[in-house]
This record gives sequence, structure tokens and C-alpha cells, in this order.
Amino acid sequence: MSNQGPKTLFDKIWSEHLVGQREDGTNLLYIDRHLVHEVTSPQAFEGLKISNRPVHRPEATIAVADHNVPTINRQNIEDPQSKIQVETLAKNTKEHGIQYFDLMDQRQGIVHIIGPEQGITQPGMTIVCGDSHTSTHGAFGALAFGIGTSEVEHVLATQTIVQNPAKNMRISVNGELPFGVNSKDLILYIIGKIGTAGGTGHVIEYAGSSIMGLSMEGRMTICNMSIEAGARAGLISPDQTTFNYIKGRPYAPGTEHWDQAVEYWSSLPSDNDANYDHEIVIDSSEIDPMVTWGTSPEDVVSVKGTVPNPSSAKTENKKKSIERSLEYMGLKPGTKITDIKLDKIFIGSCTNGRIEDLRKVASIVKDKKIASHVQAMIVPGSGLVKKQAEEEGIDKILKDAGFEWREAGCSMCLGMNPDQLKPGERCASTSNRNFEGRQGRGGRTHLMSPELAAASAITGNISDIRDFT
Amino acid sequence: MDKFHSLKGIAAPLPIVNIDTDMIIPKQFLKTIKRTGLGVSLFYEMRYDNDGNLIKDFVLNTSPYDQSKILVAGDNFGCGSSREHAPWSLKDFGIRSVISTSFADIFYNNCFQNGILPIVVSPENLDQLMTAAKNQIEFTIDLPEQVIKAGNHLIKFEIEDFRKERLLQGLDDIGITLGYKDKIIAYEEDKKNKKPWLFKDN
Ligand code: SF4
Repeated sequence: MSNQGPKTLFDKIWSEHLVGQREDGTNLLYIDRHLVHEVTSPQAFEGLKISNRPVHRPEATIAVADHNVPTINRQNIEDPQSKIQVETLAKNTKEHGIQYFDLMDQRQGIVHIIGPEQGITQPGMTIVCGDSHTSTHGAFGALAFGIGTSEVEHVLATQTIVQNPAKNMRISVNGELPFGVNSKDLILYIIGKIGTAGGTGHVIEYAGSSIMGLSMEGRMTICNMSIEAGARAGLISPDQTTFNYIKGRPYAPGTEHWDQAVEYWSSLPSDNDANYDHEIVIDSSEIDPMVTWGTSPEDVVSVKGTVPNPSSAKTENKKKSIERSLEYMGLKPGTKITDIKLDKIFIGSCTNGRIEDLRKVASIVKDKKIASHVQAMIVPGSGLVKKQAEEEGIDKILKDAGFEWREAGCSMCLGMNPDQLKPGERCASTSNRNFEGRQGRGGRTHLMSPELAAASAITGNISDIRDFT
Repeated sequence: MDKFHSLKGIAAPLPIVNIDTDMIIPKQFLKTIKRTGLGVSLFYEMRYDNDGNLIKDFVLNTSPYDQSKILVAGDNFGCGSSREHAPWSLKDFGIRSVISTSFADIFYNNCFQNGILPIVVSPENLDQLMTAAKNQIEFTIDLPEQVIKAGNHLIKFEIEDFRKERLLQGLDDIGITLGYKDKIIAYEEDKKNKKPWLFKDN
């Protein structure tokens, strides 16, 4: 990466945050905002304590408990270990003067939902969190990535991180999105195309008219799953849509600095002739509503398609991996995707737990009932999303249709709390990972959009929203 | 941090691609507030049945692989979440080096924070090493020389200098960075003027 010449959005943020080079040749990158949650931080705070180090800039960090919290009966966390973890976060943040949204705070929610919601996430920032889906914040043109616990400790102690620059990849999606196709389908399609290691070592910038036409929430869904494509981060150029979203939020720049901030943000989009190490161009008309059939997010197929046949795999390894997935998923090659019968529906997570997602689901299930054999659960991404939905009467529509309406948290996205699949249960999920055991041991996950999950809840089978009336 | 110099022993073969961090250490073990004690839960769902009994034919449950310090695994090892519990559990089990054709970025980085050496080799070399591991041939990993020896295979590997140095010396990364504290503070002062909205600390 050179200092002269045209720059990408990533290059600009990178050079703006370089504190300097250490003697060992590594770069120190300044971190503007650090988000902390209960699961990946206790050992970091413990490390600080052992070496008697203070937090360098407590005001730059915001903490919330999300992964491990119950979505019913909030007052009392039954699991003693979960309870200790949540209490440890409360104690650590208090001790170091870090802002913490506790479980009774309406602002509590999934860390990647509340950052943008509070206006904490802003263009041109560097943002880290001990969580891989930190890539979500890239939707604002912020360089945001997940880090491990040792790095959490490093950021707490120094407000910097040791990094070497990533490579630049650009994925452009052009054209109007076909009917029934939305941001989740787009990103699943992209992951299917480049594979779960396709973005390794890269920061992916999403561009093109289909992407820029998305709302901020849609853009967040795209960037959220960059990690499923193996990328270090996802980025989208900030534009008027971005600025409009941020304006007036609690942590947004106030009127005294607003114009100055917007001027800076407007300078961030990649230069026209900037160079990318890797470019992919996609025509949106080739994209269908997508569903995963296997145990890796790259195992995607059109909802109109069928479960693949291992014998069609190009390599022996791929064949084995398809066989393994199909066995785990309890699926036979050639089965039509829409013939797959479901047991559970999960709507929520940092991928699709925002208000627009809930509105879409409500519009589809309004005045209908979920199939009698399915259990459907909807978990708002934050307390404020929940409140908003209740103000709009969405909760009522969903409850009337037979959905369970829960408190905010990660919930069955990873099943660390009591919300889990039982062995063999099959779930349509709006989350981001379909790994073996992700939603509960032996649980079978099909990732899809909120629209498809809503339609599937009604029919009880995986369903194509385009056939749904 | 523990130093890493060289390693000798039988390597355990795990010929599965895309081994994700949920497989390495499932979520129910992330509730700990400690770094240690996760070794018994490593690869939990492959290692234990529904009743918590050892699955006898899983490689790490069989001798001599239950003592392995080295793991040879399929492509894209460590994909998924950022949980450092993954390297913590590997280390607690006794694994100090993982060999694969590629690693997910965050996992790769997390290994070095914990004195574990992840090694990237070519697909051909991985096949050779996988076979050697299955045949219980002794491996030697020499970090200063950057080579893996297994039977008559001698495989060179790449590693960035600073990572190598940190492993060899077991350096404390935060300690090193705090040596640059003046620079960090100077950076902050500069930005307070140029981007004041970032310092509206509330
Ligand atoms: S919702 Fe799921 S993916 Fe998102 S932060 Fe929570 S556990 Fe991680």
C-alpha cells in the first residue's frame, strides 16, 4: 500500500490511524471505539489486574452483556456460570469507569446492534470488539473487525492494536434487486460464490448500485457476514444514507461538530482509480432467494434448487465434506429445498434482528398462523428495537401468528443461553452460522432471510417468498 | 507468554476441512472467566457422546494421539468466531502447533498470543504430513530453522519475523506497545484538534 496515488476507503482509514511502527516492524493502529461483551472480556480484565495496568482511555469503550443472557425472566439468570460472567462484566466496567448498559437498561442488546443504534458507530472510525461479527459496523465505512481476548486486553491497555495492512478486495453488485431478493440473499450468494476462505487476509469493500441502494440496516446485514467469507472486515462507502441514519443519535457528533464530521466522512469513499488486489463483479439479476443446505455458510443454494449430490463434487475433499454435511443435516441428495420440513424458526441475531427485519416478518405473517408443527421465536436485537416494534404493534401481529416474543440478546444464534435446538431439530434461522452444533448439539440450521423464514414459519416447510400469498 | 522453540512428537491427523471454532470448543464452555481448564472440552462434540462418554475411535481419544502436541488438519482451520477459548483449549490439551493449508485470520493471530505455532503448508505437503501422522511417524518442528521433519519429508515453512521473534522469546506484546505510549498520546492530542467529535467523550 503506497501513500501516494489513489486510495481505497480501507487505505484512507488505515493511514489515518497509524500511530507508528514498532521496532519489530509491526504497525500500531489507533482504535477509536472498543465494544466489550461478557464472554470474551473477563480474561482480558484479569490480565490487566495481574500486570497492574490501567485502562488507557475508558471513555472510548462501551460494554454490554448479550451472548449469555436469558431472553425470558431477566431478573434472575439461572445458569450460575452465565450469572458470574455477566456480574464480572458489571464489576470490571465499574472498576475501570467504562460505560455499561446493564440488563435492565433499555439500550441493552446485541453489541453490533446497539453500536449503530446509539450512533457510536461512525464513518472513518476504527472499531474493534472481541467478536467476529464486528464486521457489521463496516456498513458505515468504519474499519471494524473482531479480535481475540489477548487483543481486547491490548486495546484496553493501549487503545491501539498491532496489525499489518489487509489486502483490498472489491465486490460490486449492480442492478436492481429482483423481487423477493434482499440483502441476506445477496451476502449468502456472495459467500457461496467466493467460499468461506475466499476473503482471507482481505478487507472486502462492497460497492455497486445494488449495495448502495440498500438501507443502512440492509448494508449492516451484508457487512455482518463478511467474516463468513473469511474476510477481516467489510466496508461500504459512507454516503447521504449513512449520514441521515447517524444524525441525532445519542453518541453522534453534536451540532457543533456535525458539518466538520460530514465533510471528513465525505472524503472517505475510495478514489475512482484506486487499486484492488481482487475484484468481483456480480449482476444482481442472477441472484435468487438463498438458503443454506449444509454446515458451512458457503453451502448455499437457491430456494428453488435441490440438495447437492456429493458425486458432483470437483475434488475428493469436497465430496467428503458434502457427505459429512448431508449426514449431519439428515438430508438426501436431490431433495427439493422447499420439501424440507422444519421444526423451529428463529428470527433475530446481529445479522437480522433490527426493526426493518421485524417489520418485514410482521407484514408476511399478519393475520396468518404459523404451522402447527413448528415453534417460532423472535428475538429483537436490542431493547430499543423491541420497544419500537411494540409501539408499532408488531409484537401483537407476531404473537397472534404464534411467535414467541422475547427480550433482546444473541439467543439461539449461538445457544449459549437456554434457547437451543435439540438433537435432530431443524431450524430456519436468520442468523449467520450453520456450523455443526451451533444452535445446540445435533441441531440443524438453515440460514435464510427474514422474509423466507417468515414464509417458512407459516407453511412449516422452507418456502420461497415469491410463491407466498 | 510461553516460549516456543522446537517440538517433537507424534502428530494427530484430523483430515476435515473448515474446522470452525464452534467445533474446537462449543459455546457451553465459553462461560468460564478463566483461561485454563478447557483442554478436557476440546473438540467436545467429536470427542464425547450425548452422555458425556469418550467416543473411542475419535483420534484424540486414541493412543498415542491423546498425547499429541501437534495437530495436522484440513483447510481453513479455525474459521468462525473470534473466541480465544479455541487456542486456550488446544493449549490446555497440550497442542502447541497446528499444521494446515490455511487458517482463519483471527484464529491465526490468537494462536501467537498463546505460544501456539500455526503452520501453513502446501496441499501436497499437507497430504504427506497427514499420511505421516496416520502412520505415527515422529514429527520435529524447528522454529529457528523454520522446518518440519517427518520421516524423510523436510518441509520449510514461512512465518513473519516479528511473530517468530515473539514466540522464540515469549514476549509480552502489551509491554512492548506501552513502550510507545508517548507516541500514542501525541497521536491522540493531534486528533483531538483535527477530529474533535471523536473525543466528545460521554
Ligand atoms: S447475534 Fe450471534 S453472531 Fe451476533 S454477536 Fe450474538 S452470537 Fe455473535
